[in-house]
Amino acid sequence: MTDTFPARMTTLPLEPVPAPQEQTTPSMEPRWRALRSVDRSDRVYRRVLTAFALALPFLILVILGVLFVNALPAVERFGPSFLWTSTWDPVAEVYGAAPMIFGTLASSFLALLIAVPLALGVAIFLTEFSPRWLRQPVAFLVELLAAIPSVVYGLWGVFVLIPFLRSYVVPPLKAVLGWTPFFQGPFYGNSLLAGGIILAIMIVPYIAAVSREVLLAVPTSQREAALAMGATRWEAVRSAVLPYGRAGLIGAIILGLGRALGETMAVTMLIGNRHDIGVSVLQPAYTMAAAIANEFSEATTNMYLSALFEVGLILFVVTVVVNAVARILIWRVARGAAVGSKAL
Amino acid sequence: MLRRTLTAIGIIGALASPPPVAAQVRLNGAGATFPNIIYQTWILTYNQKFDNVEINYQSIGSGGGIRQFSDKTVDFGGTDAPMGDSAIAAIGGNALHIPTVLGAVVPTYNLAGVAQPIRFTPDVLADIFLGKITNWNDARIASSNPGVTLPKQDIIVVHRSDGSGTTYVWVDYLTKVSPEWAQRVGRGTSVNWPVGLGGRGNEGVTATVRQTPGAIGYVELGYALVNKMPAGVVRNKAGSWIAPSLESVTAAAAGAMDEMGPNTDFRVSITDSPGAAAFPISSFTWLLVRKEYSDAAKARELVKFIWWALTEGQAKAAPLGYAPLPKEMLAWIDARLKTITSGGRPVWRGPTATRS
Repeated sequence: MTDTFPARMTTLPLEPVPAPQEQTTPSMEPRWRALRSVDRSDRVYRRVLTAFALALPFLILVILGVLFVNALPAVERFGPSFLWTSTWDPVAEVYGAAPMIFGTLASSFLALLIAVPLALGVAIFLTEFSPRWLRQPVAFLVELLAAIPSVVYGLWGVFVLIPFLRSYVVPPLKAVLGWTPFFQGPFYGNSLLAGGIILAIMIVPYIAAVSREVLLAVPTSQREAALAMGATRWEAVRSAVLPYGRAGLIGAIILGLGRALGETMAVTMLIGNRHDIGVSVLQPAYTMAAAIANEFSEATTNMYLSALFEVGLILFVVTVVVNAVARILIWRVARGAAVGSKAL
Repeated sequence: MLRRTLTAIGIIGALASPPPVAAQVRLNGAGATFPNIIYQTWILTYNQKFDNVEINYQSIGSGGGIRQFSDKTVDFGGTDAPMGDSAIAAIGGNALHIPTVLGAVVPTYNLAGVAQPIRFTPDVLADIFLGKITNWNDARIASSNPGVTLPKQDIIVVHRSDGSGTTYVWVDYLTKVSPEWAQRVGRGTSVNWPVGLGGRGNEGVTATVRQTPGAIGYVELGYALVNKMPAGVVRNKAGSWIAPSLESVTAAAAGAMDEMGPNTDFRVSITDSPGAAAFPISSFTWLLVRKEYSDAAKARELVKFIWWALTEGQAKAAPLGYAPLPKEMLAWIDARLKTITSGGRPVWRGPTATRS
């Protein structure tokens, strides 16, 4: 029974009460008109604001244009095969970005796999189950994770996380799941696994903070209705609260994903920086952002530089596509009704 | 109130404006990160001594240095890998390479329980980095290390993930000693590594080597000395086992002078140097200067600074982990500096003429 009622319930909540200021009396009309009339300073003000607002989209176009112009030599030389070849040889000037595209996506999705349950757990605990006195301190500490510079995460990863993984995590993982292709091969330390875990830790605060706001915005009536139907606390969360906020929650996850895709410093310190494609998370890999950061300053030939610009262009496009897909997903899921869809 | 403000502004303005002495010359440079510490030390000392010159050097990497030098956005560049013939031709041949100090790249490793330095022959180093020797107890490593018990442990190769002059020197050496390396990989500031993990910067390689049992990597000599890392002994061209040290690096440059000859343009690699006491994985680092400057004052001050760095400044090299140039090389560099012109006229007539 708990499985059936929630989906429809989302459409039930009270319509917003008409705001009192909308009920203007005729006597106030002239005053409103006076307020809405524009004089010169208003027009100037408006134009300035419009210019500010347009500057940012313009900036994106400029970035895209610069990336494209600089990438053009590589695009012309290697064509679309740049996307699926794996050789990255600055000496022979042969470039293919497939391992980096793969590594970027794989590390980000591995990070999501770990971070989403963790972050949603934190958010649900803080909004639904936590004692009141615990809420603020825990929320504060989780958000504090976002304030740590990524190079510090990288250092911590090298000196704490990797030794920990080597001694305590990877041996049992290999013992239990060693037969799957995902845990094949020797573990050197620097690997897709280490990079994915550090990314997960870095994006948890983002997902958790936004999810918490979304869940807090779910009307109490939703929970009360579910509880009144005989649901337990957990059933109320699962069947009433989460579906109500699902658009916002997806938005939170995409925010985390966007950060994971572009993260550079911590990843390059942990992922092993190897131009290779392998399904095993124990193997070293590479990401686009890490490659650009690593190789840009010493890219001596024009073609090398151009290939790095093309990698940047691909990263840009991947990020835009991911965000666009997320936006479409939110619109389709939300249909304008659920909490958080407007904020995003 | 207003008057007081104006007075205050006037005083501040008077304080801020430079004293009316000889015109200030500003020299901007950018490039290699490896010599950054010695360059900054030189610049600081020099600026204190001669306050009519203001020199800036930004360590943006050799590639960036060559690019900015070629685009003429800086007055001089710094690089660990010499410019190629085509790159020099692209800017009309208007470039000179002036060596400033020497560096070396040393193999470092993580082998628990091995106290004495491991000895590497050139072909063993190449084959380890080619992925052909994969275990520390390989017979070829053991044969050059009698009396050392080498563990049965997989070798994990660690290289630089960022483009680097350090990498250039390392693979330049491997290219010289291994035909297979030359054919499969070649030389460059970053290459297509056959095996291994990438670490970012000397510190990244160091951290990975230290954290990974059985790892072997390569770092700059100065970095290895400061961090007290185990450094491998390498057999040089003359057949002697040479531990990396500042003296054996200077010896590498001295040993290569016969091959270079007095008319050299200094764009020479001194890896695998024939000197008897030479550490074989050594290299110059260069300043890039133009043969022809439009601003004579700038050119004169730049050459004066370079000459100071190569004479008085050399004493500062060793304490910072850089090997000084062999003294015999100064006459050759002096001859090259004298060819720098502005408006067709030489800007430097030799150490004594401009010292006044």
